[in-house]
Amino acid sequence: MKYVCLVYGEEEAIRGVDDKVCAAYGQELQERGVYLGGQPLMSVETATTVRVRRGEVTVTDGPFAETKEQLAGFYLIEARDLNEAIRIASGIPPAQVGSIEIRPARELDVEG
Amino acid sequence: MRDVDGGFDALYREHAPAARATLIRLLGDFELAEDALHEAWIVAMQSWVDDGGALQLPANPRAWLISTARFKGIDRLRRRVRYREKLALVAAGEPSASEATPEQALVDATVFEDDRLRLIFTCCHPALSREAQVALTLREVCGLSTEEIARAFLLRAPTLAQRIVRAKRKIQSAKIPYAIPEAADIPMRLEAVLSVIYLVFNEGYAASSGDALIRRELCLEAIGLGRLVVDLLDEPDGEALGLVALMLLSESRRVARTDARGDLVLLEDQDRALWDRELMEEGRAYVARAFATGEVGSYALQAAIAAVHARAETFEATDWAEIVALYDLLYEASDSPVVALNRAVALAMRDGPAAGLELVEALLRDDALKNYHLAHAARADLYRRLGRREDARVAYRRALELTELEPERRFLSRRLQELDG
Repeated sequence: MKYVCLVYGEEEAIRGVDDKVCAAYGQELQERGVYLGGQPLMSVETATTVRVRRGEVTVTDGPFAETKEQLAGFYLIEARDLNEAIRIASGIPPAQVGSIEIRPARELDVEG
Repeated sequence: MRDVDGGFDALYREHAPAARATLIRLLGDFELAEDALHEAWIVAMQSWVDDGGALQLPANPRAWLISTARFKGIDRLRRRVRYREKLALVAAGEPSASEATPEQALVDATVFEDDRLRLIFTCCHPALSREAQVALTLREVCGLSTEEIARAFLLRAPTLAQRIVRAKRKIQSAKIPYAIPEAADIPMRLEAVLSVIYLVFNEGYAASSGDALIRRELCLEAIGLGRLVVDLLDEPDGEALGLVALMLLSESRRVARTDARGDLVLLEDQDRALWDRELMEEGRAYVARAFATGEVGSYALQAAIAAVHARAETFEATDWAEIVALYDLLYEASDSPVVALNRAVALAMRDGPAAGLELVEALLRDDALKNYHLAHAARADLYRRLGRREDARVAYRRALELTELEPERRFLSRRLQELDG
């Protein structure tokens, strides 16, 4: 089963996590065959939000919601069940300073 | 015929919970398992009687029930639309070759035990909210009806039903496994299970409003659950044992702790002849077992304190030195200001009210307890014992301002009146 692990945290705190440590963990997950993808993100200051309403595109500066803890990156993983996903998520280095939200991924329902 | 009905009720209580747990594993679906069990039970009620209308049981009623329900469940799956995928899942969840045929495996008691433990850990999975954990555990593990649980928690039945449905949906879609946690995760996961059990117990034990019978039932369910967990665990666990001990010792004082009007009776005023000696002895035996594991936490320590009280013939004869020593350990384990308050009260019994008052005053300067009515009530009581009536009055009034619980208000008002009288 696929899960997305969303990494949230205060940017200051997240910046304190060494990239090398994150890269090593990503490598480890790849070797275990559970890593499907992922990406750290640039600071929320660089975010742009786009909405389309009645055909009209509006573009605004900043994230869709101003919160103290921001999305800092994500992992897409393959896990047997939620317990394994929790185990993988608890190894993600920023989990020490921020939070990891685990969401089961779904497939688009294109049949009905 | 009545006897047969009564017999069936007892049989259901005896076999349904374990059968449900195994069926959830075999069918991979809570709802399906429940429906299948229900159908199988209807068949059982027809086929477990002989021509004369007397009970005539199969050799292994539980295995019979599970195997009948399993066929009913698979039948139901066949009638569903996307049954192929589901069937594949059920087949994948089939007992492995080492367990031989399912029917053979069903006779093996350890399989039932593992299934019940799987069910408990799944219902108390930390990915579910505490409310959902409690509702699911009572529904699936204890087999209480949605209406019964709703009544016990003073909730509307639809609210509770929805809570259960949502939790089951999360189990299914986030794929919370039907599994006993790995050894490394057991302590953390067990803590959640014990919290759920203690919450159920306290809901039943709290002297607040509600149907007394249902509340009693909740306490008994919690004790039953605690015993079940203790029996099911491979390794004896100090906290699981401690929790059962604590519940048994609390339950043993149930009758003595409220008066005819439903008001709280303090430990020192309780009629100790009303204490249930049998439960108490059992509770003390569990305390001993908990301490024998060499790893005691806050449940076992609280139980040990309750056991010291249980041992005392009168309030005055209580071994306060031991109680203070246990509170010292409990404070270390829990670091809770409420424990510090209880410790101060015990210390006042050991060393006199003046020594206790000094501690309570210090605690009241702390933000955590500043507005806690029981801290003010404790201070009031110590003033009273020191003969400082006016100070006591002020403190009781402050305590009264801080609580809305009716029984506690009545108790505090009574104390105030006694001071004036």
